[in-house]
Amino acid sequence: MKASYFPGCTLKNKATHLDIYARKCADVLGVTLEEIEEWQCCGGVFTTSKDEVATKLSSVRALKEAKAKNQPLITVCSACHNVIKQTNHAMEDTQFADKVNRYMGEDAYDGSATVYHYLEMLRDLVGFDKIKEKVVNPLTGKKIGAYYGCLLLRPNKVMQMDDPENPQIMEDFIRAIGAEPVVYAYRNECCGGYIAMEDPQSAKKKSNRVTECAQIAGAEMIVTACPLCKYNLVKNGSELPVIYFTELLAEALGVKEVSNE
Amino acid sequence: MNNKMQNLRDEIILRSGVNPSKCMACGKCSATCPAYNEMEYHPHQFVSMVKSGDIEPLLASDSLYKCLTCFACVDRCPRGVEPAKLVEAVRLAAIRQQGANHLKPDMVPDMLDDDMPQQAIVSAFRKYTK
Repeated sequence: MKASYFPGCTLKNKATHLDIYARKCADVLGVTLEEIEEWQCCGGVFTTSKDEVATKLSSVRALKEAKAKNQPLITVCSACHNVIKQTNHAMEDTQFADKVNRYMGEDAYDGSATVYHYLEMLRDLVGFDKIKEKVVNPLTGKKIGAYYGCLLLRPNKVMQMDDPENPQIMEDFIRAIGAEPVVYAYRNECCGGYIAMEDPQSAKKKSNRVTECAQIAGAEMIVTACPLCKYNLVKNGSELPVIYFTELLAEALGVKEVSNE
Repeated sequence: MNNKMQNLRDEIILRSGVNPSKCMACGKCSATCPAYNEMEYHPHQFVSMVKSGDIEPLLASDSLYKCLTCFACVDRCPRGVEPAKLVEAVRLAAIRQQGANHLKPDMVPDMLDDDMPQQAIVSAFRKYTK
């Protein structure tokens, strides 16, 4: 199966592991990821305001390219995913789409592409059962706390990824690679996000609540899909290692050296 | 409410798509807000103050820049009011004024460390700057 792929700015720089292992694992799982040509940064957060048009154009261009190739659009970074999926949803409003398409020249876009987060790709396009079959190094006995944060799940009306208050997709992923999921409070609460720029103390309070909860519940490591979540948790002194889910998948599929963490 | 405030209120409601009159004042948005303690005006106050047209204090408050856009208030509101969209619309009314950017490029270098992901910087610019 072929799919369009939107890596995003951070995956090309500070979060290269999130990107590299996503690609390697896709190969093993029979998905060819074709990077969107000349993609532009999604902007990191979705602007909900109905009169914000220009801030959504980079996402619309990526969506349009995937649609032109009749491929699903796959994202790995939680932020890119949130912005692109919300933009796609916003394009269903014809009045808003009309404003956007004035910037699109001949390439009008109608909101009809399908957007999958890589985790959704694993669940819905590949199947966790198939992943189980492909695992060569099961992470048996590892107790892993899934950290969803805010961007993967909310707003649920648009994201439609999982139950926003009791999500399962990452726990199912953890089981598929042979490890044991640890459910804890705050796994779907915010790490502080971009507030780390101007108010690091505020981010620290929020991040520490997450890592402390995971630790008390017995997790040995935390897995995330978001570079900013990882930054905030690690920077604020998480005693648990914080790993991208694609790294664990790569370990389990035998395309990454097994770490000792 | 004078004419200017009436216009601003209408603009904010139109831009956000939020109808503050749907609010039943249960306070769940503020109860679930992770930035509650850092805010002078809390999510439920954004809803009630926009509803009554008391917008000037909001425009001048740092609370605009404490919202994390985590959408907790949006998903957990039992009436579907979506307070975060209202906070965003008021923030835009503030930073779209000339010279009112909250984050300026020359402030950024001091905020960085070697691990700070690009995502943090682009997100902060999108939220704080026009």
